[in-house]
Amino acid sequence: MSGILASMIDGLLIGSVYGLAAMGLSLIWGVMDVINLTHGSMIALGMFGMYLLFSATASNAYFLLAPLIVVGLVLGIIVYWLAVNWVVDRPILMSLLSTFAVNMVVIGLGTAIWSTSPYNVNFSVPGITVGEYTFTGNHIAAASSAVVIALLLELFLRRTRAGKAIRAVADNRAAAELMGISSTRVLMVAFAIGIALAMASGALVSTLFPFTILSGAGYQLKSFVVTVLAGLGKPFGALIAGVLLGLLEGAVSPFIAVSWIPLIEFGLFVVVLIAFPRGIFGKATA
Amino acid sequence: MILRRPLLWLILALAALFVWLPLRNHDVALREDLILVAVAIILTSNLNLMIGYTGYVNFGHIVFYGLGGYVGLYLATVLNWNLIVAALIAGVTVSVLALLFGLGILRLRGAYFALATIGVLVAVQAFVANFEPWGRSTGMYVSFASYAPLGGARRALWITYYLIIGVMALSLVLSLGIRRSKFGLGLFAIREDEDAAIVLGVNATVYKAIIYSVSAFLPAVAGALMFFKNGMIDPSIAFEYMLSLEGIVMLMLGGQGTVAGSALGGALYERLRSYLLTSPRLSEFHLVIAGALLLLVVRLAPGGLIGWLYRLVPRSREVVE
Amino acid sequence: MTALLEVQGVSKRFGGLQAVGDVSFTLQEGEILGLIGPNGAGKTTLFNLVNGVYKTDTGSIIFSGKNITGRSPDQVVHLGLARTHQIVRPLNGMSVLENVIVGACYGREYQSLRAARATALEVLEQVGMASRANSPAHSLTLAFKKRLEVARALAARPKLLLLDEVLAGLNPTEIAQMIDLIRKIRDSGVSVFMIEHVMQAIMNLSDRILVLNLGHKIAEAPPAEVVKNPDVVEAYLGFPDIVDKLRGAS
Ligand SMILES: Nc1ncnc2c1ncn2[C@@H]1O[C@H](COP(=O)(O)OP(=O)(O)OP(=O)(O)O)[C@@H](O)[C@H]1O
Ligand SMILES: [Mg+2]
Repeated sequence: MSGILASMIDGLLIGSVYGLAAMGLSLIWGVMDVINLTHGSMIALGMFGMYLLFSATASNAYFLLAPLIVVGLVLGIIVYWLAVNWVVDRPILMSLLSTFAVNMVVIGLGTAIWSTSPYNVNFSVPGITVGEYTFTGNHIAAASSAVVIALLLELFLRRTRAGKAIRAVADNRAAAELMGISSTRVLMVAFAIGIALAMASGALVSTLFPFTILSGAGYQLKSFVVTVLAGLGKPFGALIAGVLLGLLEGAVSPFIAVSWIPLIEFGLFVVVLIAFPRGIFGKATA
Repeated sequence: MILRRPLLWLILALAALFVWLPLRNHDVALREDLILVAVAIILTSNLNLMIGYTGYVNFGHIVFYGLGGYVGLYLATVLNWNLIVAALIAGVTVSVLALLFGLGILRLRGAYFALATIGVLVAVQAFVANFEPWGRSTGMYVSFASYAPLGGARRALWITYYLIIGVMALSLVLSLGIRRSKFGLGLFAIREDEDAAIVLGVNATVYKAIIYSVSAFLPAVAGALMFFKNGMIDPSIAFEYMLSLEGIVMLMLGGQGTVAGSALGGALYERLRSYLLTSPRLSEFHLVIAGALLLLVVRLAPGGLIGWLYRLVPRSREVVE
Repeated sequence: MTALLEVQGVSKRFGGLQAVGDVSFTLQEGEILGLIGPNGAGKTTLFNLVNGVYKTDTGSIIFSGKNITGRSPDQVVHLGLARTHQIVRPLNGMSVLENVIVGACYGREYQSLRAARATALEVLEQVGMASRANSPAHSLTLAFKKRLEVARALAARPKLLLLDEVLAGLNPTEIAQMIDLIRKIRDSGVSVFMIEHVMQAIMNLSDRILVLNLGHKIAEAPPAEVVKNPDVVEAYLGFPDIVDKLRGAS
């Protein structure tokens, strides 16, 4: 097996975590037309949530995802009532600002508590060796967890009443309301899920790399890239686009300095935005 | 026409005050405080041209400031050009770049445009961090020799201060002039309903690209002066994402769309931030307080302080505008 | 009379839907040309093609001797072709006067701010809105928003005015006022191309009427002939009351 293949597989594994983060952003965007700028701080809270829980329980980090998701749902509901409910349907600037304000508060509190020095979660899963290459167990575990969560979400959206209501509201809120769906409740649930996904992805990242309270910002930017690549408001597309982004990173990293990667990513991002405003997987113009 | 606007005289008085205050007893500390306020006003008032006048949210406005700093510093210290010429060329270069970028990304609307501006910021930052002539991630330093033509470092700092105050006054006059012009009216029409504006005859593509480019000019000049004054530049301080976002906070705090609001918001927020950052007990909570403040403003007074003033004293609108 | 607008075989398709198919007609200078057709017939789409909001799939549009096919709406206004919107689009954050000033500033004459202000006041007087000049545009009633649409378009000093259902949603008094206004506009030398569902009005106002159905032109004739045209009656069969109105109006 060649080095590039190994690097791509590794990229693919990390990419599924990017994808999971982006799913949260994409879901919120699709359902309520709000760009959630608390996303980065929620990813960071996921990292520190995992750190705290793991330090306290010393159990298998990947099992801790379940309680963290519950925390994320609760947090999501709080943030929804604090900053989101009253900006739905207001000009885009309003929702950007109110979510950004929450972001500042969270990052500020986080900095006060944990400073900006790096932390890490000291848990490892044994790796898998194929020929001369060894794939880190944590990467595999994180990627599998991301895919499982993504599939559960997809199942929830397609099979349950609540999930169907979310999809109906995303599709056409006015029509959904006529059918008797309470859109405020649906928006709240969708937002909470979006936050829970962000936290879960942060928790997964914390098992892979060291992190600080500011680390969420970078993943938030990647989530934007992924969301736009997938086409806004297509959560499952976001997972796939995340994997593609990871693959891309894996494919180019053996050849160029890491510092060039943001230029490629965001150059691509801007070009894709302009060329395919509905995303690569989106329909052509309607 | 414009000479009859009270606001114009207010702007000039403000600039005069900025010049006079630190000069009175050569108060360097005060000068350093005021220069930050001036830069905040420059950034906010130019950002207002995009957000307040045209309705396009630019998250990456700081990219103009940072790029201006790089071009200016390169010309002034590596090539040893005159500082003013270097700053002007920096402004022109960045404006031209903005025009080119603008023609591309301004085809996007609403949230898509806002996201693209983040993309531009991060991409430019990554490019500069890898650009050999500009020192890659370590950046550039101003050699002491560069201060010589200005009569030594001490004098150079005062000169750059006055230049920045000049740029601040120009920014505000520019905002005021555009607000009262036919061009400005076209921008407002775009802000209210771009498609309707086009049907009424406004060439939105060209107007948006022009205002994006114009809003880049003075921040770039200011960046060149400011980083020259600071003596160094690197990619993380030149393109600080947080600062870019704080510019939006300042604008909202003061009141987007108005000249006075952008100045007021810039000045107040900058003072508040400096106060919080230097206060031993509150420095840790500067972001928390700023965030909570923003949330309150957006929720309770979406027109900012100026909007609130207009509602309280409707007559004040005529005086201020 | 000379032709002001010549439309040759224009079509527009939205996905699987042929919204406008191979439509040709000519509008003479000084004429009021009516455009009718059932809901979804493609009338508004035809307007959007003429003023450049949509690009035509096929065909050409000659206005005032110039080929304007493919030109953007702002270029088309400069040549003297202004329009109103069926669904009103006031510039909400601005005053009524400012709305109309925009129309004058960026219209055919590309007036300076000062001249545009004078034009706007004059036009507001003409449409009977002088007293509302300083109201915020969003505060108007629908009837006034429709008039504002007309005022903005008029301020462009057009040679041809496209009016998209300016009577819809108005009460009888308001309708009478608007009809009066349209006559005056024509008498001042501006040609008019108007879409209308209020049959009585359009039959009375128009010199000739163009009928669209399912995107295709099915008739182009003076009002008296249009109501007798069997194709037109058939197109409206699904709307029996309109057939009555067509008959009643003749
Ligand atoms: N931008 C668009 N995308 C897709 N379909 C469109 C678009 N605009 C119009 N249509 C469709 O084209 C057809 C013609 O629409 P149009 O608005 O031109 O009808 P109309 O004759 O003006 O109807 P009405 O009397 O209701 O105003 C309709 O079926 C409409 O749904
Ligand atoms: Mg129509």
